[in-house]
Amino acid sequence: MNLLDMLLRCLAALVVMLTFPLIIGQTEHKVMAHMQGRLGPMYAGGFHGWAQLVADGVKFAQKEDIVPAGADRRVFQLAPAVALLPYLLVLLAVPVGPNGFVGQAIDAGIFFVLAVMGIGVLGSLMAGWASANKFSLLGGLRTAAQLMSYELPMLLAGASVAMAAGTLSLPGIVDAFHWWWIPWQAIGAFVFFTAGLAELQRPPFDMPVADSEIIFGAYTEYTGLRFALFLLSEYAGILVLCALTTVLFLGGWHGPLPHSLGWLWTLLKTFALAFVVIWARVTFPRLREDQLMRFAWTVLIPLALLQLVLTGIIKVAISQ
Amino acid sequence: MSTLLAAAGSLAPASRGFLSPTGVEIVFVLVGLAVLGSALISVTTRQLVHAALWLVVALGGLAIEFLLLTAEFVAWVQVLIYLGSVVVLVLFGLMLTKAPIGRSPDADSGNRWVALGVALASAGTLVTLVVDAFRTSWIDLGAGGGSTAVTGASLFRYWVLPFEALSVLLLAALVGAIVISRTGKGGAKPRAGKLRTPRSVGAPRPARATAAPEQQER
Repeated sequence: MNLLDMLLRCLAALVVMLTFPLIIGQTEHKVMAHMQGRLGPMYAGGFHGWAQLVADGVKFAQKEDIVPAGADRRVFQLAPAVALLPYLLVLLAVPVGPNGFVGQAIDAGIFFVLAVMGIGVLGSLMAGWASANKFSLLGGLRTAAQLMSYELPMLLAGASVAMAAGTLSLPGIVDAFHWWWIPWQAIGAFVFFTAGLAELQRPPFDMPVADSEIIFGAYTEYTGLRFALFLLSEYAGILVLCALTTVLFLGGWHGPLPHSLGWLWTLLKTFALAFVVIWARVTFPRLREDQLMRFAWTVLIPLALLQLVLTGIIKVAISQ
Repeated sequence: MSTLLAAAGSLAPASRGFLSPTGVEIVFVLVGLAVLGSALISVTTRQLVHAALWLVVALGGLAIEFLLLTAEFVAWVQVLIYLGSVVVLVLFGLMLTKAPIGRSPDADSGNRWVALGVALASAGTLVTLVVDAFRTSWIDLGAGGGSTAVTGASLFRYWVLPFEALSVLLLAALVGAIVISRTGKGGAKPRAGKLRTPRSVGAPRPARATAAPEQQER
């Protein structure tokens, strides 16, 4: 792989990072508007409110960038970047299509992806602490506690797929995929997707940022573009989570389309899952902090362990 | 271990000069300097949370060093465990107990010179040992030398027993920690998931009055 090739791949990942979350955001506006009868976002710009997202962007860009007087300036300003960067790195490793249609095929891909996603928690902790605000600190600590708890079921569910495929490499896992993996790994898929939702602090699990209770948790003091960066990292997180679930559990580029159009199939599955994420936001009530923790430790982790056992048994049965 | 070494290349005597720089080695040294610098800042800064954040930089740099040594798996383990969990727990503890924004001079330790001595002594021992052990040997870092397959094979073929012993030890420590943190009078804890409603605010609570001194003792 020469330098130009590498640069092009990095650039492609960056472009995906900057455009796809916006598409998901626009979809969220429209889906929420239809599901909840919200009229506001349907008017801006005429047809179906297409300009709402543009208006949002302009709004974020023209807001003043404020750092609270008592805040730890550097850490406060650095936090959004720390929250966003892991998702960019993860996107580099997600395979989109067959024959090396991937930013960088990493030998221990699934391990890399889950390890790097774990760094995002530092961004929230930094933001919460550096804001010099009790509610932000509380939000940051809640975020950290939640992310630490939900990382374990996610890793266990990922381990189950890696065990089934016999490799840690993401393209390798998709290559090994057969259609009957979907029922076989269904529990793991549920655990992975749900834990991922909690990692993103999306609405059924958005206790740390609960906008009606602790006003936005770690991000209370953020304005303008830095706040937009946190939002972008949330939407990039949706993209990454859906793409990973597609690759690990839904067979990535496998589908009825011809082999050369595999990337299209991956995108379709990813966006279908993104729709589910939005749907969950609109329809599920928020969990309370203790319910949230109980769900992770008493439901998801036992389920993930069960899936591991199931994978092991069937794997041994097949290989004989 | 032998397969690991075989995959990583032979321990042939150096046909090249001691530390003749290639691109990778230059990057290695530069990253090493950055790690050293951030580690120094981490122990000298007066701001507790900054110390933990510089530790993140130092540990991340170490992960890059592992990558440059083609030990890919170890690098990601470093990221997952040290950056994603240990430092987060350190930060968590600091923020929950005592981490004002700005300097905290009362957190300075009086025995910093002793600490410096111990650090220098252990660093000296390690450097002497490593230089003495590998002085004339040269490992060719071929691709895949530290890959997951090689690491896994080495770990689960040759080192299964230590691995399992370590797992049992960690499990025992985990169970022990849970037991210690749960001792005390059972049943007094609020059950998770049940919303605790304050019972009749303002009403006299005779049962509590007798229990209060006992609670203070704990």
